[in-house]
Amino acid sequence: MPDTAMPILDVKGLKTVFRTRGGEVHAVNSVDFDLRPGELLGVVGESGSGKSVTMMSLLRLLPSPPAEMRDGTVMFDGQDLLKISPEELRKVRGSKIGFIFQDPMTSLNPVYTIGFQLAEPLRAHMGLSKAQARSRSIELLQLVGIPDAERRLKDYPHQFSGGMRQRVMIAIALACDPQVLIADEPTTALDVTIQAQIIELVKELRHKLGMAIIWITHDLGVIAGIADRVMVMYAGQVVEEGPVGEIFRDPQHPYTQALLKTVPAVRGPRAERLQVIEGQPPIMYEAPVACSFRNRCQFAFDRCSQANPALTGISAPGHRAACFLLDKASTPEPEAANG
Amino acid sequence: MLTFTFRRLLLAIPTLVLISLIIFLLLDLAPGDPLADQPLSIPPEVRQKMRDALGLDSPAYVRYLLWAKQFFWVEPLVFIDWVTGTSFSEGMQRIVSWQFRAPVFDIIIQRLPQTLWVVGLAYLVGVLIALPIGIISAYRQYSWFDQVGTFISMIGFSVPPFFSGVLMIVFFAIMLPWFPSIYDTTLVVDDFESFGQQIRQMTLPVMVLALQTTAQLSRFMRASMLDNLNHDYVRTARAKGMTEKVVLLVHVLRNSMIPVVTVIALGIPSIFGGAIITEQIFKVNGLGQLLITAIYANDLPMVQTLAFIFAVLIVLCNLIADVLYGLLDPRIRYD
Ligand SMILES: Nc1ncnc2c1ncn2[C@@H]1O[C@H](COP(=O)(O)OP(=O)(O)OP(=O)(O)O)[C@@H](O)[C@H]1O
Ligand code: SF4
Ligand SMILES: [Mg+2]
Repeated sequence: MPDTAMPILDVKGLKTVFRTRGGEVHAVNSVDFDLRPGELLGVVGESGSGKSVTMMSLLRLLPSPPAEMRDGTVMFDGQDLLKISPEELRKVRGSKIGFIFQDPMTSLNPVYTIGFQLAEPLRAHMGLSKAQARSRSIELLQLVGIPDAERRLKDYPHQFSGGMRQRVMIAIALACDPQVLIADEPTTALDVTIQAQIIELVKELRHKLGMAIIWITHDLGVIAGIADRVMVMYAGQVVEEGPVGEIFRDPQHPYTQALLKTVPAVRGPRAERLQVIEGQPPIMYEAPVACSFRNRCQFAFDRCSQANPALTGISAPGHRAACFLLDKASTPEPEAANG
Repeated sequence: MLTFTFRRLLLAIPTLVLISLIIFLLLDLAPGDPLADQPLSIPPEVRQKMRDALGLDSPAYVRYLLWAKQFFWVEPLVFIDWVTGTSFSEGMQRIVSWQFRAPVFDIIIQRLPQTLWVVGLAYLVGVLIALPIGIISAYRQYSWFDQVGTFISMIGFSVPPFFSGVLMIVFFAIMLPWFPSIYDTTLVVDDFESFGQQIRQMTLPVMVLALQTTAQLSRFMRASMLDNLNHDYVRTARAKGMTEKVVLLVHVLRNSMIPVVTVIALGIPSIFGGAIITEQIFKVNGLGQLLITAIYANDLPMVQTLAFIFAVLIVLCNLIADVLYGLLDPRIRYD
């Protein structure tokens, strides 16, 4: 495990707020995480838990207004991505950090050819000539498994199927050999067989190209199969993180436990019925002052509404969770928990 | 694309024939007598002879067919003769204006330059101003620039040219005597000074018409840009590390232009409608004024021909809009 290596991406205290007509929405609340070279970090959480907003904040991709990066540092390559000038940021975007988005149907520009859209980052970041960009584009399309690559450069996005478009998006994200690839639910919009193909493709490319990947998904099954480390988000906060085996074997946060109960077991006897988590994740109109999960938590006790639990380490290395239950001193007696 | 254009052109023919017939029938229904202007002292027999000479009492279909023959056959031949110096049209009867007693097309050709200079230039100026305003207003939505743009567009939208025209004359021709209020058609541009004079006399009518075009088009451009700025592909372009200039002027603009180009093409005929009023106010003797005087004088061949030319223009601009749409948007396939 490259556990001791220096992180290539180090996020601390990230806060993103949307200023809307109805007031502020605190979408990301003091998120800390890091990413080590060559690692695949899975990010899970219900819809609205702030996964996309967190990742887009890293590269300042959210339109401002309404988004506002209120606090935090994003250290990458010795510089803070939240502080550097727009020109310096552009040298990172698409070149050192690649991004793949959820919906391949709308993420490509409909009026330009695939060849044009692929060549853009190549020419901007790597300074390739037209001919060089073209041959590299063909290589890239072959890399992501698009047959007849040379001819397809002239085609427009609408001439590709959803799965093929997502492959094109991956090719664009990988165009300049990034050190980090951020994939925001890259398979959610695709059907199951295509989904499996794309996951296989990323697994294969990851070993071939050796980059670090952040993979956002709803699908814990996918995470179990590909991630090295998992980060669970709820209400714009990281509530648990740790090595993938630890998280699945011994989840500490009640939210993670509940999430895992919503996934059918792939192996072993189907002991329990699948469960759903009652209720909805809250929309944060202000920064959290208490545990955001308390209204849905079956273990909630007085302290949970008085303060916001911080991420604390557990015995297993690298495994942390944010829940007062872990603070043995404050844990109530079992009967009090159900009161 | 080419076959599509050709098919549309062929299809335009029956459409136009139908339109010409409708115009003819409508004008035929309209009350009024082309000889009403003639002195009452003309004896009835003479009056009847004049009616016969003009073919006024022959049945409607004969008059329509005669006009159609002259419009679709004789006038093109005259045009060919004029260009190549041949004499195919010799001895053929052209469409003659009752009011001017001269071929309708000769008069139209005389009047066309004034209209093109004023109306055409105004449209061009309007478009060229509107597009950047729309782009900047969308990119800097709710900025002071956008607010000012919104305010001016509101004025351009709600104040009709016959009002803004008079207002302009009051301000810039009378209170501040910078520009002439009347367009002098006889002005010959042959040196620097007369060129300056021409520019000055064109300024007010061009401004009035351009204000209208700018107001409508800049709003449209802004809306189209705003719509496209929210699309996912914009985020992709930014995530690729493209500069804001490329994001805006390469990615967003091309998509936003698709509906706007259609509106620009479709707006060309309607600007001639606006010209009718503006030409009256500034006394520009262009096509708009020609149409008005022809209507007053019951000059049916002139009205019929001008109205039909407008119709041709509308059909043609529709066709151009469709073709441009297909050229700009690769998702559109016509065949
Ligand atoms: N433009 C915006 N204006 C206001 N609030 C927003 C905006 N975009 C996102 N949010 C809020 O930020 C929160 C987090 O959204 P985000 O898109 O990051 O969720 P997510 O975890 O990616 O969900 P999903 O799985 O559905 O993609 C949501 O509660 C949402 O209401
Ligand atoms: S802190 Fe309290 S409410 Fe929050 S998850 Fe832990 S027990 Fe539940
Ligand atoms: Mg998301």
